[in-house]
Amino acid sequence: MSSFSATAPSARSKWFAGTLVILYALITMIPLAWIMLTGFKSPADAISYPPKVFFEPTLEGYVNLFTTRTRQTDDFLAANPPQTWYEEIVRQYDMVIAGPSKFGERFLNSVIIGFGSTFLSIFLGTLAAYAFSRFKIPLADDLLFFILSTRMMPPIAVAIPIFLMYRQLGLSDTHLGMILLYTAVNISLAVWLLKGFIDEIPREYEEAALIDGYTRFQAFYKVVLPQAATGIASTAIFCLIFAWNEYAFAVLLTSGTAQTAPPFIPTIIGVGGLDWPAVAAGATIFLLPVMIFTVALRKHLLRGITFGAVRK
Amino acid sequence: MTETPLTHAARATPPSVARKIKGLSDRAIAWIFVGPTIFLLLAINIFPLIWTINLSFTNFRANRPGREVDYVGLRNYERILNDSDIWLNMQATAHFLFWTILLQVLIGFTLAYLINKKFKGNDLWTTIIVLPMMLSPAVVGNFWKFLYQPQIGLFNYIVAFFTGKDPSSFEMLGSVQLAPWSIVIVDTWMWTPFVMLICLAGLRSIPDYIYEAAEIDRASKLRQFFTITIPMVLPFLMLAVLFRGIENFKMFDLVVQLTGGGPGSTTELTSINLKREAFEKWRTGYASAYAIILFVTVFGLASIYVKALNKVKER
Repeated sequence: MSSFSATAPSARSKWFAGTLVILYALITMIPLAWIMLTGFKSPADAISYPPKVFFEPTLEGYVNLFTTRTRQTDDFLAANPPQTWYEEIVRQYDMVIAGPSKFGERFLNSVIIGFGSTFLSIFLGTLAAYAFSRFKIPLADDLLFFILSTRMMPPIAVAIPIFLMYRQLGLSDTHLGMILLYTAVNISLAVWLLKGFIDEIPREYEEAALIDGYTRFQAFYKVVLPQAATGIASTAIFCLIFAWNEYAFAVLLTSGTAQTAPPFIPTIIGVGGLDWPAVAAGATIFLLPVMIFTVALRKHLLRGITFGAVRK
Repeated sequence: MTETPLTHAARATPPSVARKIKGLSDRAIAWIFVGPTIFLLLAINIFPLIWTINLSFTNFRANRPGREVDYVGLRNYERILNDSDIWLNMQATAHFLFWTILLQVLIGFTLAYLINKKFKGNDLWTTIIVLPMMLSPAVVGNFWKFLYQPQIGLFNYIVAFFTGKDPSSFEMLGSVQLAPWSIVIVDTWMWTPFVMLICLAGLRSIPDYIYEAAEIDRASKLRQFFTITIPMVLPFLMLAVLFRGIENFKMFDLVVQLTGGGPGSTTELTSINLKREAFEKWRTGYASAYAIILFVTVFGLASIYVKALNKVKER
């Protein structure tokens, strides 16, 4: 095409559009940047007015996030000088570290439940998607729509009977219970997305393999799976992010052993009210992996968020 | 297609050999592959739904498992539909839905239109803009609560800086007038990129030659916009509205963390109200009937909408 195309935007309109978009991007980043900054503030700086953009950074928020602290007598403090940098930070308030906080455990729960449910959703989802893509299944469209429609229920509505069911089965507040639940939530996404990806792989490859003496099953995992690897990986990241972010089920069905990070972070209390730097530090650690994954996913983002309805 | 050993083999092998395939029949494999998924969904989605329907006709309370359960017929449904508080919740939900969708469509489409001018570095900025929508809504709600604090919050400071008002003179989360808008602002911040991405896909799907033809016909830019751009993006835009509509009708986590439904019940969306009935007041039977009404509403509205969407697509 010639460079004098009648439809190409002029240099001036490009400049104008670029400025507005960059302006929006910068404004939209303010809340995120602010929360990350707050994680490095002292509690006094975090609640000062006017809000401080420049301040002396400290790791206090992060130390408070990962520890529990107790106040001690002067004699005790004098007899036990601080050994490490984090003890030193706590000492300015005449406190000592009593032990680790629950944040580590909750974060680990998020990891276990996130990865566990992602693995299951992808395992079941790939099998189902392959079958929907390649075989004649009676009422296939109805089944696919049924799988999708399970997403329309408000989580709280599903939570009532799940709560009762889990109480009966002893699955309340267990990792297994949450993994199964998140798998059921994510599987509709997995099936729909993976079916799209597998549909794009030409059938000829498997047919050739079948003729060469592969069984259907061998053709599936030696020919189709490697070809679908990118699609499977991006679907997995989507499932992981959804499980990672989920809050409604987590807050209703877990309270201790299997509680994930989202219901826990807002409850981090410091001396005299919410410990905002610690909350901000927790939010930063929790959100950062998702941001990295989002950047890695950017090419398949649209497809993932629309259940494969829009493909670029 | 490029020549690979597999495609070569495909052409070289006579069809009669192709039938001698070892292993299970395709039909059996299909059911083995689909079965577990269907089973899981039946166990964790459909069985609970049926149980909810059953519970909705009873006066069961989950905090008193030993008590005798009576079937009360349609009484729960009657009470919900005659409850004026529930209509207030519905109104709050409608306000939230209407304004979030309107703002997200306007801002999202504008952004997509601007990004589609393909200025230098537009990919990078698109990726940055998209970040908020992938984050955990509960954590987002929690840190916006910090930004909205009347004395110390950044939001009040910025508004005060531009309007000259006293930053402690208004409370975004504490005032009956402002709280419904505070949740609209956060949801719009978070989900505008979603609408933007879908609109962008729509804009990029319009082939250049249509505009070139319009240019030859000397159609004005404005006319091109209303007769080419808008109609071609409309199916995409409607899809975005469908997704946002369903998601925001179910809205729970973000708003619970931000306002908890308050002040009073000004931001008590239906899901939050449902959670109170089910898990705080423990009126399980009543809450089940409420859940069924909500589900039927979403499902009904979505089906009507999808029909309309398909009509637009066919044009």
